[in-house]
Amino acid sequence: MTAVAAKPRAAERLRTFKRKHPVFRLVVVRLLIGVLTLWLVSVVIFAATQALPGNAAYAVLGRSATPARLHAYEVQLHLNRPVIDQYGSWIGGVLHGRFGTSLANGESVSALIGPRLVNSAVLVALSGVISVLVAVILGILTAAKRDTWFDHTASALALAVIALPEFVVAIALVILFAVLVLHALPAVSQIPPGGYPWQYPNELILPVATLVIVIGPYAFRITRGAMIDALESDHVEMARLKGLSSRRVLFVHAFPSAIPPVIQVVGLSLLYLAGGIVVVEYVFNYPGVGAALVDAVSNRDIPTIQFLVLALATFYVVVNIGTDVIALLASPRRRAPQ
Amino acid sequence: MNVSWGWVSLLARAARTRRGAIGLTVTGAVVLLAIIGPFIAPHSPTVSQTAPFAPPSGAYPLGSDGIGRDVLSRVLAGGWLLLGVAAASTLLGVGAGLLIGIFAAYRGGIVDSMLMRIVDVLLAFPPLVFALLIVSVLGRHVWLLLIAVSISHTPQVARVVRAAALDVSARDFVRAVELLGTPSRRVMTGEILPNLLSVVMVELGLRFTFAILLIASLSFLSFGIQPPAADWGLMINENRIGLTVNPWGVLVPVVLIAVLTIGLNTFTDAIARASLGLERPPEQMDLVATGIVSEATL
Repeated sequence: MTAVAAKPRAAERLRTFKRKHPVFRLVVVRLLIGVLTLWLVSVVIFAATQALPGNAAYAVLGRSATPARLHAYEVQLHLNRPVIDQYGSWIGGVLHGRFGTSLANGESVSALIGPRLVNSAVLVALSGVISVLVAVILGILTAAKRDTWFDHTASALALAVIALPEFVVAIALVILFAVLVLHALPAVSQIPPGGYPWQYPNELILPVATLVIVIGPYAFRITRGAMIDALESDHVEMARLKGLSSRRVLFVHAFPSAIPPVIQVVGLSLLYLAGGIVVVEYVFNYPGVGAALVDAVSNRDIPTIQFLVLALATFYVVVNIGTDVIALLASPRRRAPQ
Repeated sequence: MNVSWGWVSLLARAARTRRGAIGLTVTGAVVLLAIIGPFIAPHSPTVSQTAPFAPPSGAYPLGSDGIGRDVLSRVLAGGWLLLGVAAASTLLGVGAGLLIGIFAAYRGGIVDSMLMRIVDVLLAFPPLVFALLIVSVLGRHVWLLLIAVSISHTPQVARVVRAAALDVSARDFVRAVELLGTPSRRVMTGEILPNLLSVVMVELGLRFTFAILLIASLSFLSFGIQPPAADWGLMINENRIGLTVNPWGVLVPVVLIAVLTIGLNTFTDAIARASLGLERPPEQMDLVATGIVSEATL
């Protein structure tokens, strides 16, 4: 048999991969379910905001609205057309990147939200990276030093903090570092329009610290649990019996088995942040999408609400699929072709 | 053990652990304060009494808020609605999730897939964002708050219960009663439900804590319990502009909410440990409970 004949062509290899590899099928199925979920999510958002019994224009403008204003509003939201048409033109616009016009100031929703999206992304990325790093390191250390006072203190603290609402943590930090005890940091993060958050590091400290305190404990508890499981497994016992150094056992033999749960932790933290930024941005007046959502809900600015909720839900679904797929790839037992 | 009293014995076992005892005492104290508070409040919680943001004095031990209302009376009157709505939405949400979870697991097939797709859709919304969506259009009413919070519990509970119910319905005794010709409704309520006891108790605790978090956050954002009513979350937001003048209107509600949620979570943790006979905290239940992880991934 010659070497050339034994080597299948690339296309052929890909076909075999598709057929034989369960991961490929799982990923495709997950993606399809994701698209279906997002479509249904868009229907729910639309139904809740625009197609409810009763007229949305009336609900928004209130009883005092003049007929002329009501009519103008109905035309703007296309409320005078059949519901299916309304949904079609909304979702069609979204798919083409046209998100409508804000009712609050007549600007386009994308112009209003664009810069805020950058601000929120910075907040989410910084908080996510810091909390996951701290939590994973603490999780590994406490698992290695299980049942010492260090482990007990860290676990008890995590259990306490895990239950606190974001705004309680935020207000406590404001009291401690901005208003009453120390006056070291700004209590509100006013980043001027056109400015970028990284140009104002002081304004970022308290919002990021709040989010790290709120999501860190989840990540910590799960990492610690996964590491304890890993340390109790047979192959780690084997490595220990071989006389390897405890550091090598911990990082080279035990930690890899804890990676899939840790990936779930990263995903979980990101998901939590999607909701967490709403309150935290509001408390610190941080100009991001969370604060924008609170404003939009106060003003009943329906196009902006629709866009922001859809964007946050899309983020949720994408992170969910991403974590599932990466966790799948990181666990060799499930990755192997059957 | 008599099944119908199983939950009492589970709670008792949890309360006997050190962690459980601390959690229960702390939670009980705050709940008691919230319940008897409205009856012992010295002044009206909604009528102005004195100067705005007055510092503590004899008649007003915690001073006054931004429009001169007595902070102590508002603190005493400001917990029962939060706790009441949280408790009601927890019962409703966990009840609905329980029904959906058992039904999906036992029926299987197309019913199961369809229910789980609906659950997926609801899980795609961050809970707070979902509540904001409902409040934004339908208005700010206590009953809407209750429904919004209940709906955000349901999908998570349904997922956890479904997973547990799948385990139970594969067991021999379920097969046995099915062979006896027991109608499926009886199998679900009489055989599967009692075996989900510990799952349901843990969910109730987790969901109650979460409901308090969510409702307090919504009130803080001014979309929950509405002024002029007294409410801890609302008070924190109303009084934070006066933080340097009279901090008590912020400090006391912050501490009460913190103590309440920490106590509840600690007690729930004790229930989970007692029910699983676990030596260490059930972290993996955290993961499953959040609904993003299927059991298979763990």
